[in-house]
Amino acid sequence: MKPGPFDYEAPASLTEAVRLLADQEREAKVLAGGQSLIPMLNMRLARPGLLVDITRVPELSGLYVDEAGHLHVGAAVRQAAAAAAPEVRAGWPLLAGAIAHIGHPQIRNRGTVCGSLVHHDPAAELPAASLALEARFTIVGPGGNRTVTAEDFFVSTFQTAVGPDEILTEVVFPPAPGDGWSFAEHVQRRGDFAAVGVAVALARRQNAMHRVRVVFCGAGPLPVRVPEAESALEGRPLDAEALEGATALAGAALDPPKDVHASAEWRREGAQTLLRQALTEAWERTA
Amino acid sequence: MSERVDHPPLTEPTAWRGVELVVNGRPLTAQVESRLLLSDFLRGRLRLTGTHVGCEHGVCGACTVLVDDVPVRSCLTLTVQCAGTHIRTIEGLTTAGKPLGAVQRAFHDNHGMQCGFCTPGFVMTCTALSEAAERPDEDHIADELSGHLCRCTGYRNIRAAVRQALDETHGKGQTE
Ligand SMILES: Cc1cc2nc3c(=O)[nH]c(=O)nc-3n(C[C@H](O)[C@H](O)[C@H](O)COP(=O)(O)OP(=O)(O)OC[C@H]3O[C@@H](n4cnc5c(N)ncnc54)[C@H](O)[C@@H]3O)c2cc1C
Ligand code: FES
Ligand code: FES
Repeated sequence: MKPGPFDYEAPASLTEAVRLLADQEREAKVLAGGQSLIPMLNMRLARPGLLVDITRVPELSGLYVDEAGHLHVGAAVRQAAAAAAPEVRAGWPLLAGAIAHIGHPQIRNRGTVCGSLVHHDPAAELPAASLALEARFTIVGPGGNRTVTAEDFFVSTFQTAVGPDEILTEVVFPPAPGDGWSFAEHVQRRGDFAAVGVAVALARRQNAMHRVRVVFCGAGPLPVRVPEAESALEGRPLDAEALEGATALAGAALDPPKDVHASAEWRREGAQTLLRQALTEAWERTA
Repeated sequence: MSERVDHPPLTEPTAWRGVELVVNGRPLTAQVESRLLLSDFLRGRLRLTGTHVGCEHGVCGACTVLVDDVPVRSCLTLTVQCAGTHIRTIEGLTTAGKPLGAVQRAFHDNHGMQCGFCTPGFVMTCTALSEAAERPDEDHIADELSGHLCRCTGYRNIRAAVRQALDETHGKGQTE
C-alpha cells in the first residue's frame, strides 16, 4: 500500500496556504496530522495532486483562552497537546475526555483537533463533543473569513461546511456549561472507532441540573443532539425517575444506522445504557 | 557536513523534495518523493529494517518510531513532513558491543517477546515512557500499549518489562 504521486508544500503563512489551496485543478488538499488522510492515500482512496501541510503555519499553532474566557484551538494543535493543556483540563474537561477515546496515544500525538472535525467520521468523538460544547468554527478561504456554529458546520458523513479550497483555522469553545461532564462509548477493542457514544455536559445549581447537553456519536450521519432529553432534565436533580425519563426520550429520538458492527436496535439500547452511565458520572462530578 | 542519502524513484513520475533531518544522531540530506512514507525511507533507503511494517494504516504499531522524542506511526508520516526533526529508531538505542539500555534489557529479562515482529514498536513507545518527566501510572501504560498489537505474548510479559524498565528509570512505582 503506497500513495499515488503528489506534490507537497509546507507554507509558512496562512495567506500562502490559501493561495496554494486555490489550485483545485491539481486537487490541492490540506494535510494536517495525516492520521486520516495518509491511510486514505496509502489505500489510494484519495489521489490529490498537491498536499498543503498547514502544521508549519505559525498563525495556526495557538491554544489559548481569550479575555472573554473562550478557548481557541488552532488548526495545527495536535490532539495530545490539547488534551494535556492545563487550560483544557481545567475549563473544558469534556474536550480532553473525548480526545482520550480517539485511537491510540501514537495517533493522537500527530492527529489534530481541527483535522478530526473536518474529516467528520460519523463515529468520531470530537464532532459530538464540539456540538455539546457549542463550539464555533472559523473558516478561511479565497473569499475571506467566516464563522459557523456547530449546527451548521457538520453537513453529512465526511462532509462539513469547509470547502475544498478552504481551511478551518481554529475551533473556539465558549465557557463550558458547568463542572459536570462525561464522554462514554462502546468499542469492541480499545482505540476503535465507537459503535456508539455520548457526550454529556451540565451544571449543578441548588441540587438541580442546568444547561444540560446530550449529544450522541455513531448514531447517524451527523452528531445527534437530543433537546427533548435535555429539557426533561433541566431544573431537576438526577434521580431514578429523571434518568429513566431522559433515557426513554433519547431512545425515541434516535434513529441509528445498522452496519457490520452493530444492528440499529443494539445501537439504540447501547446509546441508552451509555446515557445512563454518562449522566450519572457527570452529575457525580459536580458533587 | 551532512551525508547525502537520496531515495531511488518508485514506479510513477512524481514530485521530489529536498529534506534535511537527523536519524539516530546522523544529520542527513535527501531528495525524496513527496509520497515516500517515513517507514519506507527508514527501511528502503537507510536500510534501518528494525522498524517493522505490518498494516500500513496505523493500527498495528509495529512501525512506531520517535519523532522529536514522541512516538508516532512511521507508516502514517511522510518523510517530507519530518524536515528539521530528529528521528530515533530501534537501531539508535544501543551501540553494537555495548550493554543494552534499561528498556531493551527489561524486554530481554522478562521474555517480553516471542517472534519479535511487534517488538521494535513496543520498545520505542516504552522508551518514550521511560523518558517521561514523571512515572506514568498503570492506566497510562495500558493506554500506550494498546497502540501496539502482539500476536504472540499475551502482553503480560510486555507489561512486566515496562514495569521493570520504569522501576529503573523512575524508581519503584505501584504494582498491580
Ligand atoms: C488507527 C487509528 C485509529 C483512529 N481512531 C479514531 C477514533 O477512535 N476516533 C476518531 O475520532 N478518530 C480516530 N482516528 C482518526 C484521527 O482522529 C485523525 O487524526 C483525525 O480524524 C484527522 O486529523 P488529522 O489532523 O490527522 O487530519 P488529516 O488526516 O491530515 O486530514 C483529514 C481530512 O481533513 C482535512 N483537513 C484536516 N485539517 C484541516 C483544516 N484545518 N482545514 C481544512 N481541512 C482540513 C484534510 O484535507 C483531510 O481531508 C484514528 C486514526 C487511526 C489511524
Ligand atoms: S505498519 Fe504502521 S501501524 Fe501498522
Ligand atoms: S512477539 Fe510476535 S507479534 Fe509480538
